[in-house]
Amino acid sequence: MADIKLMKGNEAIAEAAIRAGCDAYFGYPITPQSEVIEYLMMERPEDRTGMVVLQAESEIAAINMVYGAAGAGKKAMTSSSSPGISLKQEGISYIAGSELPAVIVNVVRGGPGLGTIQPSQADYFQTTKGGGHGDYRMYVLAPASVQEMVDFVDDAFEIAFKYRNPVMILSDGIIGQMMEKVELPPQKPRLSDKEIEERYGDWATIGKRKNRERNIITSLDLDPYKQEAHNHKLQEKYRLMQENELRYEMIDCDDADYIIVAYGSSARISQKAMNLAREKGYKVGIFRLITLFPFPSKPLNELAGRVKGFLAVEMSSGQMIEDVKLAIEGKAKAEHFGRYGGVVHSPEEVLEALENQIIKG
Amino acid sequence: MTEELIIAGFGGQGVLSMGKILAYSAIMQDQEVSWMPSYGPEMRGGTANVTVIISDDRISSPILTKYDTAIILNQQSMDKFENTVKPGGTLLYDPNGILAHPTRKDINIYRIAGSKLATEMGNAKVSNMIILGAYMKARPIVQLENVILGLKKSLPERYHHLIPLNESALTKGMDNLEEVQVL
Repeated sequence: MADIKLMKGNEAIAEAAIRAGCDAYFGYPITPQSEVIEYLMMERPEDRTGMVVLQAESEIAAINMVYGAAGAGKKAMTSSSSPGISLKQEGISYIAGSELPAVIVNVVRGGPGLGTIQPSQADYFQTTKGGGHGDYRMYVLAPASVQEMVDFVDDAFEIAFKYRNPVMILSDGIIGQMMEKVELPPQKPRLSDKEIEERYGDWATIGKRKNRERNIITSLDLDPYKQEAHNHKLQEKYRLMQENELRYEMIDCDDADYIIVAYGSSARISQKAMNLAREKGYKVGIFRLITLFPFPSKPLNELAGRVKGFLAVEMSSGQMIEDVKLAIEGKAKAEHFGRYGGVVHSPEEVLEALENQIIKG
Repeated sequence: MTEELIIAGFGGQGVLSMGKILAYSAIMQDQEVSWMPSYGPEMRGGTANVTVIISDDRISSPILTKYDTAIILNQQSMDKFENTVKPGGTLLYDPNGILAHPTRKDINIYRIAGSKLATEMGNAKVSNMIILGAYMKARPIVQLENVILGLKKSLPERYHHLIPLNESALTKGMDNLEEVQVL
C-alpha cells in the first residue's frame, strides 16, 4: 500500500532527504523552516540509514560542512530561510566554483534584513542571478505543494550529481508550514564510495589511488587563462541544463487569452484566481515555473505570440517579471502583481490585478 | 465537493489539532486536503487559526479570504471571521466568552457549548473534539468512522487508549448541536 501521510512541507522535505539516501544534513534553525532540523533530530536517521544530522554553530559553518562532505562525494544537504541563506552565499559560490554537488533548501521569508517570519518570494534575484560572487548558476526547483517538497529532493540530488553543481529548492513559508497529503517514496539506499564513482565519476577526495593522480577540489586557480577555461566549462554545463533540464507546467493555457506566470505558493493562489476569472468568462491560463533556472524563455515567447497579456504574480516587488519581459521580447503586455514583505496576496486580489492591469488596462 | 473551512480561537484551545484530525479524516476518505496554520508569535498565547480545505479535486490556493464554514471559538475570531463566511455558508461557534453573537442573516448559524460540555465530561481538553462532532453534524463531510481512523493514524500509539474518550466527545458534540438559524 502506498505510504500516505499528512505532513508539513518542512517535515516532508526532511523525510524525503532520508529516503533519497542523503548522507549528511547540516543546518541551523531559523523560522519558518526549523521543522526540517527538528524532524531530523527527532527521527534519528543515523539509526535508519546511517545519515549524519548535525546542528552547526552557524549557517556559515553548515554550508562549509556541506562543502566538505560534498568534496568527499557524499550526498549533503542544508536548509535555511532568507537571512540564513544570505550567510551561506560565499559557501555556495565555492561549491559552484569547485564543481561539487549539494542541495540547499531556502524556505523564504520576508526581507530585507531580518525582515519578518511570514512567507515571501523576494529571494528570486538572489537565487537565480548569483547570490554569491562570480559567474555561476544554481539549478533551482520551486515546489508548489508538499508532495513536490518530497519529490524534488531526489530530483535535486540527481541533478546535483549529474552536473556536479549546487541545486536549490526554493520554497517559502506557506509551502513549508502547510500540511498536505503526501505519498512518500520507498527508501533509497545510501551509496558507497564505489557506487558514487561508478555512477558519477572518480572526482571525490577519498584518498589517492596508485592508478591515478590525487583528486584536488578547489575553486582557486590563479592563472586567469585556466580560470577562463574553467568558466567556459561551467557555462557549458549551464547551457546543457537549459537544454535538458527545463521544467514547467501549463494549466489551461490552450484557449487562454491571458496568462498568469507564477511559481511556488503564488502559483497555487493564482490557480484559484484563474478559476474565479473563468467563472467571470475570462479565458485565463497559468504558466507555472518549476525550474527558475533554467528559465522557460522559449515556451513563454511562443505563448506571447498568441495571447493578449501576461501577469507575473510573485510575493515580491517585481523580480521574476524581468525574466518574463526578456523572454517575451515585447510581443505582449506584461505586468507585475504581488504583495510583499511577508503579506500574502489573496486569489481575489490577483483577479482584481488581472482585470485592472491586463484585461482592462 | 470542496469544503473551505477556517477554525479560529485562542492558542491552546486545540484549534490546530482539530484541523489536523479533520484533515486526516478526509485523507481516510481518499480526499485531497490542505492545512494552513497562522504561524508565528500569535501562536504563543494569542489568536490561532487554521485553514483546512477538503476536496475531491486538486486543491488550488491554500490561502483564502472567504470560507464555506467558519468554526469560531472566541470573540476576537468572531469579530475577524463572521464576515468572511460566504453567503449561504455556515458559522459554528462556542458561546463561551462570546459577548457579541453573530448577526448575519444570510448564513446558517449553529452553536455548540464545547467548553461547558467538556467540563461536564471532566476533561477540558476534549472540547475541540466536541466541537468537531458538532461540525460533523452540521456539515456531514467526514464520517465518524473515518475520524476514528484519522485519530488512530495521527496519534502516537501511546495515546491510543484515549481514542474511546475522543469518540464519546465526538458523539456528545453531534448530539448537542444547537440550531440558531438555518436557511
